[in-house]
Amino acid sequence: MQTFIDAYSWVNIAFLLKGLWLTIEVSVASIILSYIIGAILGLVRYIEVKYLSAIVGFIIDLIRNLPLLLIFFFTYFGLPNMGVRLSIPASAILALTIFESAMLAEIIRAGIVSVDKGQMEGARANGMTYWQTLRYIILPQAQVKMIPALVSQFISLIKDTSLATIIMLPELMYHAQIIYGQNSNYIIPMFLALAAMYFVVCYALSLLSRYIEKRVN
Amino acid sequence: MINIISNHWQTLLYGLGQTLLCSILALFFSLVIGSLFAIMEVLPNKIAHTIGRAYVELFRNIPLLVVTMFFYIVIPKFFFQISGFAAGTIGLTIYTSAFIAETVRAGIQSVDTGQMEGSRANGMTYWQAMRYIVLPQAFKIVIPPLGNQFINLVKNSSVLAFVAGFDLMYEGNTIASTTFDTINSYLVVGVLYLIITMPLSYYMRYLEKKSNRGVN
Repeated sequence: MQTFIDAYSWVNIAFLLKGLWLTIEVSVASIILSYIIGAILGLVRYIEVKYLSAIVGFIIDLIRNLPLLLIFFFTYFGLPNMGVRLSIPASAILALTIFESAMLAEIIRAGIVSVDKGQMEGARANGMTYWQTLRYIILPQAQVKMIPALVSQFISLIKDTSLATIIMLPELMYHAQIIYGQNSNYIIPMFLALAAMYFVVCYALSLLSRYIEKRVN
Repeated sequence: MINIISNHWQTLLYGLGQTLLCSILALFFSLVIGSLFAIMEVLPNKIAHTIGRAYVELFRNIPLLVVTMFFYIVIPKFFFQISGFAAGTIGLTIYTSAFIAETVRAGIQSVDTGQMEGSRANGMTYWQAMRYIVLPQAFKIVIPPLGNQFINLVKNSSVLAFVAGFDLMYEGNTIASTTFDTINSYLVVGVLYLIITMPLSYYMRYLEKKSNRGVN
């Protein structure tokens, strides 16, 4: 019991929270960037530009089928060999953005496809242009359908930031490892704290997604 | 790239083998564990349902790395020696079983309730109806998503690199740090992963399309 009280000293908790904050910062930055890029790529896939869409689709498939860890290695250890040296947080965000925008592109494309064809035909028949229909009719409906899949992808992004410990990004997992590395009695308390902190953040997000879904329907 | 392959092909092949072995073992065990929790979730018993639900929610919201490191660090410290490969496979199994439980539960619930009622009315017990009527139909629905879980497993098995599991990622990283040719080493590793995951993912997409055509 005493080890637990010692392990959860204010200093340690503050250190963990500092790590959690960086986890959240990196996650939010990656979510925003990959959402923008994913939306563009998903649209390119949907509107079927000759050659371009097929190429984009193939690249998306390639990235989706690679382990994220490999992309972390590539952006942090690989890019310097090509003359590009990024800071640790920048390469973590870059790796997450590359991987997640491919994932999101696929979700967004599927969301747009799932909107009934009659919507597009009806709007076109009423004199709207293709782009007007996309902007005012199709995308708003697709947005609603995508919410569950998008949020669960965001949750896995937050969980995946823990992989960035391998490039020494000082996020939650890394800070916990530092603490139990100094005192091995703290291993169990630290893992419990890790599990609790990740769980609270991710579960809160999934509850939020369920709430939005209910409100919208 | 040619250099890396010709000098290190044995190590790379060994790593690829470990990755596949780990993924297959984890798929098998997480299928067993995941199905058990899925059945618990659909049971009319309130306590069983809560336990199943809690297991799924817990492990779906914790990073795989935390689960894996837990087994890698905690078991040797308090119980017995364990290899990185074993710890990694256990971690992957526990993590994946939560996702598989969710898939199988959806499969069971998508089987028409009339099937269960019909079998019960014909004198089968709950478990007989589950075993012989509902589960076989559920598994048929669940096969394409399970294939996607296997692809995820192959990709996720790269966490073995954290626990010295001698998988493809670990070996590739070792080659990268000894040859200093990081770009080419990672490219080779990437291609090896893609050789497994790409055909599988296209095949799964084909299966999904085929089953959708049947529905419409």
